Amino acid sequence: MSENRGAAVRYESVQKSYDGETLVVKNLNLDIARGEFLTMLGPSGSGKTTCLMMLAGFEPATHGEIFLNDRPINNVPPHKRGIGMVFQNYALFPHMTVAENLAFPLQVRGISKADQSSRVQRALDMVELGTFGSRRPAQLSGGQQQRVAVARALVFDPELVLMDEPLGALDKQLREQMQYEIKHIHENLGVTIVYVTHDQTEALTMSDRVAVFNDGVIQQLSTPDALYESPQNSFVAQFIGENNKLNGTVTSVEGTTCGVEVGTGIHLKADPVNISGVGSKTTLSLRPERVELQPEAPMENMVDGHIEELIYLGDHIRVRMNVAGNDEFVVKVRNRGQRRKIAEGETVKIGWAASDCKALDAVA
Amino acid sequence: MSALPPYSSTAQITWYYAFRVICGLIFFFLIFPIIVIAPLSFNAENFFTFTPKMLALDPEGYSLKHYRDFFTNPDWQQALWNSVRIAPVATLLATAFGTLAAIGLSQSHVPFKSTIMAVLISPMIVPLIISAAGMYFFYSRIGLQGTYWGVVLAHAALGTPFVIITVTATLVGFDRSLTRAAANLGADPVRTFFKVQMPLILPGVVSGALFAFITSFDEVVVVLFLGSASQKTLPWQMFTGLREQISPTILAVATLMVAISIVLLTVLELLRRRSERLRGMSPG
Repeated sequence: MSENRGAAVRYESVQKSYDGETLVVKNLNLDIARGEFLTMLGPSGSGKTTCLMMLAGFEPATHGEIFLNDRPINNVPPHKRGIGMVFQNYALFPHMTVAENLAFPLQVRGISKADQSSRVQRALDMVELGTFGSRRPAQLSGGQQQRVAVARALVFDPELVLMDEPLGALDKQLREQMQYEIKHIHENLGVTIVYVTHDQTEALTMSDRVAVFNDGVIQQLSTPDALYESPQNSFVAQFIGENNKLNGTVTSVEGTTCGVEVGTGIHLKADPVNISGVGSKTTLSLRPERVELQPEAPMENMVDGHIEELIYLGDHIRVRMNVAGNDEFVVKVRNRGQRRKIAEGETVKIGWAASDCKALDAVA
Repeated sequence: MSALPPYSSTAQITWYYAFRVICGLIFFFLIFPIIVIAPLSFNAENFFTFTPKMLALDPEGYSLKHYRDFFTNPDWQQALWNSVRIAPVATLLATAFGTLAAIGLSQSHVPFKSTIMAVLISPMIVPLIISAAGMYFFYSRIGLQGTYWGVVLAHAALGTPFVIITVTATLVGFDRSLTRAAANLGADPVRTFFKVQMPLILPGVVSGALFAFITSFDEVVVVLFLGSASQKTLPWQMFTGLREQISPTILAVATLMVAISIVLLTVLELLRRRSERLRGMSPG
């Protein structure tokens, strides 16, 4: 890990405890490449925001070291780190105009007045608020304030920008729009962005890599598609996207497949991702859209499912079934026009490929 | 309280009017004793009562002679000059210390916060005569008794609690992430304080300063203990004037002081509204 030089940010065995007893962050090792968009994703209390605050310098690390461009920064105060940050509530200075807010970091750096105003204008144009310089934050909508906050974090050309759930206060539509805008700004400027969120859609849409946090530990660090396609443990499988789980016992392991007995005498084939061997408990994870309802050709796994509920959602139909004693089993059936004749209360065959079914650590 | 709704019961109607009468009485008892001295201060005679001529609204019953006395009598002029020299300096000290104390006490990691707070605001609670006596013995020991700085320091100690209370109240609404944002943008703590925190808590600082100023400007007990003849302030002069000369000049001075207070408060309120409007905090 420490040989990996040239990382924009490196956490090395970082631990954090607020009360000296419980660790909020447990032995974090993480390299963030220059120009990367890395998202720290996790439920509240998972330690993701603490990691960001330690990087910004607002919380000291209890143990370990954080490096910025290979320079240890544990003893560098926040105002000397030169990191841009977008705060959850934007933290715009209410007594200054938008232009004054943006000029603040430039003034601090002793940049000439003329330079200041041209850079402020450029930053405002970038977020499409070119004519709003003389307004005060309170006179802007939430989305506009958000853009000002982004512009202010970028106006002094930091190499690294931190974002702490910046879209949390916006409505859904605006949030989606801002996701793309931030993504584009990242692509155009090539800055490194560390983004904290609890919203998995945000994480999957914007990131190069996602670090899924739970309980102070990174559960998985990978690209968004790998996170969804091949979760490394049950927590990640549950947290990212929709997921069917079936509890069972491993009966055999042969190369890239394993046999799992679920419930009473239902034998399934799965991809052994995170199991401890024959005889151990496992939780199978299966995405709802990978399940075929009444498959035409035989598949590796074929079981009976009792249809409990049909929910029509336009582009697809959600079928909630009882499979092997689990009545939360969901199958997404694409709406292809010719609606198949299925009705609540029927028992139908469902099937899926062994590689789509991940055998992970057992959860209750 | 808006107009009575049509379904009001008799009790509600009674209360509706009783409430107004009670409020009126409170205002009367608070304000009337202050208002009554204003016309008396224009008395042409050297009495503290309304003369028949005054009651008849005869112009001869009125005069500005007490005001003239105030502005020409060297005793009063010396007292005025002393007050003007003491109050602003005491205000400055009280405001600086009070603001710093309030900011310090608003940090989450300070131990024994409520105890420290109680000690700092105790001058407001302890009877003034006790504070004054204590200060007298302490200040005589260290050579401050009877000096200009002794009075200034004592008045600053009395004014500080007001500043602490008003600034603490403003800090409750202050968003801590603003100081973090300022630090993140590269501002050192001193610049963050003056450019971000100070402008936002200024209304609290200014109203605290005003209270501190009025405390010092009106204070008589402590200055009687700690001051020597050369620190004789306006309230002290009024007090001796009342006891020894019974001169209606006191009424003129009192009227002037009330007027100054009203002007100060009005100006302050106007400034506060203006800054709020500039910040877009309130409409209009």
